Amino acid sequence: MSTSVTRMPGDVSTAEHRRQVVSHQLGRWIPLMILAIMSGVVLAPIMWTISTSLRAGVDSFTVPPKWLPTDFAWENYAQVFETVPFARQILNSTIITWGTVLGQLITASLAGYAFARLEFKGRDLLFWIVLATMMIPIQATVIPVFILVRSLGLFDTVWSLILPATPTAFGAFLLRQYYLTIPIELEESALIDGANQWQLFYRVYLPLVKPGLAVLAILSFNFHWNEFFRPLIFLQHENYPITIGIFQLQGYMMTGSISVVLAGVVVSLVPVIIIFLFGQRYLIEGIMRGAIKG
Amino acid sequence: MTSRETTAATGGGIFHWLMQDTMDGLRRRRAVLGYLFLLPTLLGIFIFTAGPVFVSFGLSLFQWNIFKPPDFVGLENFERLLEDRRVIIGLVNTVKFTVLAVCSQVSIGLILALAVHRINRVWLRYYFRTAFFLPLLMSGASVAVFMGYIFHKEFGPLNYYLTLLGIPQIPWLTSSDLVMISIAIISAWRNMGFTFLIFLGGLSNLSQEVLDAADVDGAQGLRRLWSVTIPLLSPQILFATVTGVIGALQVFDEPYIMTRGGPGNASRTLVMVMYEHAFKHIEFGYGSAIAIVVFLMILVMAIVQMWLWRNRVFYQ
Repeated sequence: MSTSVTRMPGDVSTAEHRRQVVSHQLGRWIPLMILAIMSGVVLAPIMWTISTSLRAGVDSFTVPPKWLPTDFAWENYAQVFETVPFARQILNSTIITWGTVLGQLITASLAGYAFARLEFKGRDLLFWIVLATMMIPIQATVIPVFILVRSLGLFDTVWSLILPATPTAFGAFLLRQYYLTIPIELEESALIDGANQWQLFYRVYLPLVKPGLAVLAILSFNFHWNEFFRPLIFLQHENYPITIGIFQLQGYMMTGSISVVLAGVVVSLVPVIIIFLFGQRYLIEGIMRGAIKG
Repeated sequence: MTSRETTAATGGGIFHWLMQDTMDGLRRRRAVLGYLFLLPTLLGIFIFTAGPVFVSFGLSLFQWNIFKPPDFVGLENFERLLEDRRVIIGLVNTVKFTVLAVCSQVSIGLILALAVHRINRVWLRYYFRTAFFLPLLMSGASVAVFMGYIFHKEFGPLNYYLTLLGIPQIPWLTSSDLVMISIAIISAWRNMGFTFLIFLGGLSNLSQEVLDAADVDGAQGLRRLWSVTIPLLSPQILFATVTGVIGALQVFDEPYIMTRGGPGNASRTLVMVMYEHAFKHIEFGYGSAIAIVVFLMILVMAIVQMWLWRNRVFYQ
């Protein structure tokens, strides 16, 4: 209850008292109003997209805008697959994204362990170098990588996207933090029990950093599923992923039904929504760790 | 198998040196394992990130398209840059976008975090956090596509509601004056979930002692916000700003999808110009020169970030 009024000293005049009560109430309701309006601003476009994707073509830009589905024109979804090779594009996105995620999990779990728990000459210097490469934007590397990929004969294959994205400075850094939280006593007792160095890594440490692996997998999946710039450069025609699919759809449908385009958008959001429902905790943790501790 | 057995089973030489059942042997094994474990990451970063940066610098000194072999031209590409109208427009548009998008996503994210922090009911907090976070997961491509329709001048729902308020139809994406502002609004719509989360995390880490002390000193309401809470959040504000600027300088997906750089060149960004030269006209040298400009702008921000970061590592 809002009875913090009682905290006030007894000698306040009634006018002053009333002023404080009013400002206290304002302090409660203004933030709530801002939040209500802003959550509407954020959710309304998404609602409109989903409901319009189910509207019959003639009604797509209906005025006034309708916020709930009216027609349930599921044939829009079928038409997406007829207009662009959407099934193939979904498959491409899936292969590229999972390939990258797996590659990153393997390289980063090894590198993170080396940085966190193994001692060797030059470790800290190497760590800072790897960290520094996190700051390099894709534009500064994309032309030489393109030349390299083409000369290796990998242009227009999924490998042109998977291979360059597999080594991950961010992943190594993220997992290093998780390895560092594991008490070193565990390592000592495993060594006394006769574990060798590989078993120490694979049987003792790796199972304990599973939450870190989940964070990396989810962040990386989301990022690579959504990629647009690199696929546009490294892939062509039938190898395009879903992000370019909806871009093509938008181009073909300039004069057609926007409901079909929005149906494509909704399909591309499905994995994102799944992640959102089941992995939100990991995503938020990853963002926070990336930001606050590093 | 114990390590004693492995030692017994092996002969001499380097294998023995490595598998020796002593503290020295253990240290050696761990060091070799360290290098082995780092190898894929280091090699990969060298081939696909660190190496290419240097190659980009080198390429920027050449004139090279698919028809002719590379030709060393020194700084000619950079001289051409300075007189290239599209590059200059691209730079101006990018800077305009960056200022608008970053200012709005940082300030709105901050307001939202401060407001959510005051909410006590768990389900309400959860609802708001979820709502603001959702757009962050969507691809720039999908957001660009549906926002392109929502911001449509004649048929878009946004202008429909504005006309109800008596505002004439606004040419959000078709006016050269407005297009960059609209794209910045759309980008902020997506990214404010990120700044919001950063600030919410910062707020929940604020020391309650300091806030209580401010209370005792009579700092309340807006005064406390201005002179206590916001200064205490300055590390997060700086972080959100620097990260936001680094992201915004690379803007490509949204203008490429919504307007193809138009009307005219009004929403052509620097990265779009670079993309067109490098991958449409296949001018690797000139494209690299533009890429170097993007890189240097980001480098300045990255150095600021590294510097902030170092201080934080020491203080925490």
